[in-house]
Order: sequence, then structure tokens, then C-alpha cells
Amino acid sequence: MKLRVLIRLKPGILDVQGSAVQRALAGLGFGDLRELRVGKLIEIDVEAASAAAGRQRVDEMCRKLLANTILEDYTIEAIEAERLAPR
Amino acid sequence: MRFGVVVFPGTWSDCDFHYVISEVIRQPVKYIWHRDRNLADLDCVVLPGGFSYGDYLRAGAVAGKSPVVEALRDFVANGGYVLGSCNGFQILCEAGMLPGVLMRNECLQYRCQSTNLLVENVETPFTRGLRAGQVLTMPISHGEGKYYADVPTLAALKARQGIVFRYATADGQVVKAANPNGSVENIAGVVNETGTVLGLMPHPERAAETAMGGTDGLLLFQSLLGTLVEDGTFLKR
Repeated sequence: MKLRVLIRLKPGILDVQGSAVQRALAGLGFGDLRELRVGKLIEIDVEAASAAAGRQRVDEMCRKLLANTILEDYTIEAIEAERLAPR
Repeated sequence: MRFGVVVFPGTWSDCDFHYVISEVIRQPVKYIWHRDRNLADLDCVVLPGGFSYGDYLRAGAVAGKSPVVEALRDFVANGGYVLGSCNGFQILCEAGMLPGVLMRNECLQYRCQSTNLLVENVETPFTRGLRAGQVLTMPISHGEGKYYADVPTLAALKARQGIVFRYATADGQVVKAANPNGSVENIAGVVNETGTVLGLMPHPERAAETAMGGTDGLLLFQSLLGTLVEDGTFLKR
């Protein structure tokens, strides 16, 4: 079962990386950019008996290692593609 | 006092700590590989600076779940001392052994410079040879040293005197201009509830001989030794 984890800084946490990228884009003429925040994307293929079991497993991975919940929120979504990295 | 210096793939301050412990403070010391779990014959474990496991995912995140760090929990429960500097501090936070987390520097620069540290808590084994309000000089060298904790965590940390060092001016003023990385309330180092686990971003091992430009880092080791060896070799406050 293939799942995608999106990790974002929590609202209110200053995203210095996002601000730097935003400034760079503004310098390229994208002054209409209102806000930009940088996050992480992790794709996982996990063996699971059911969709719920797979999600639960990945949720556990997020809590134990993938996200630091002091700073970050995460969401888990299904991937429809057959392979994680299609050739 | 028997020391262990932990080596992860990507650690870089291990040799410096080993040198200072063996050659400057002249105590028995050995390297501990990151897969080792046996810490039985040690009194103090040092988590040095560097980029453990490449700092992939987040600084210290993977190391925070490594076998040696898992073994540290029992080690601490049995009265062992842990000193985490730089990446070691990040690892202790990621492992949940210290509160809070270290983020990308607010200035986005890697900062390698000398800092002045105001000593706030002198009731820990690492600082008991110091005076409250004393200012120490130690270098920092990091890109992710901005200490952050949410409001309740910060309040609890302050209530139990968990803040040990703050970035300050040479005369001890805690001001924004003296904050190299945007840490909340200029926090540079914190201890756990029993005072036996200290994490700090500065490098005491790089301020341990006059040839290095200063010896203030030695004071942490000398304080620590004083808790076990009451021979009066360090200046009591």
C-alpha cells in the first residue's frame, strides 16, 4: 500500500527557509507572491492487510521519527500510482 | 571519572572531546560506537557535535532513535551524566530527553563564532563550580541552533530552573544583539529535571586550552569532576 506523507511547519512557526525562497522569487518578478512555506514530502510503500492498517502504521512512523510534532504537522494521503518512482 | 564519547557516522567533535578528556583533564575515556548499548562501566557519556547520519530528515532526528541513545535512558535513570554539545544537544531534544527542539538559524547563516554565555543555574553537576551571573566564552559552530519550545514547555522549563546558559554580551546583558541564531529568550543550554543531562549549542571542548583561545569550557568538566572527587581542585563559589 502506497502512502504519501506531507510534513509542514505548524501555523505560527516562523519558516525562515520559506521566507528566503519567497524573497528570491520576488527578485525574479514574482512580487505578487503573498506567502510561501516549505515542507517535506515522503512517499512510503508499506505492506498492510487493509487501508486502515497501512495508514495506522505510517501514522506511527510519523509520530516516532518522520515528524517532530513540537514543530510540525503531518497529513497522510493515498497514492494511486503503481510505483513510487515511475520510470 | 570514566567518560565515553559517542561516535555516530558523521560526528566530527569526537576526537576533540577525547583529547580534552584524556590529555587536559586526564580522565579515562573511550569511544562508544552508535550501535553499542553497553554503557555499564561509564560515569559520563558525551554526545559530540557534527552531523550524525548526515542530519537527514532533521538535525539529530535519526541519531535520537539510535541504539546508543536508547541505552542512554537507562544510563540516566541509574544516575549517569550526559553532556550533549551542538549536534549532541539536537540529538537529546529529538530523543525527548530534553524539552524543546533546535531549528534552522533565524539568520539562515551557518554561524561559527565566539559567544558569551550567561550562567543562570549553578545547581547542576556541570555548573556547580561556577557563580550565577558569571559569563563564559565559548565558540558556536552550527546552522541549526535556534532553540524553540512552546509557551507551556518554556514556562515549565523556567519554573524548574532548567535554563543553564543564555547568549549574552561580554558583561552579561541578555539582549537580541547577543543572540546568534534567534533562540527563544537567548537560550543556549538546558538541563533535564534531575540536572544530570545537559545540552548546549556551544562547544566546551573547543575552549579547553589557552592555545585554543580560552579555557572556559574546562569549567564544565571541572565542575563535573568535583561532584565525584571532592579534592578541592576546582574553585568553589
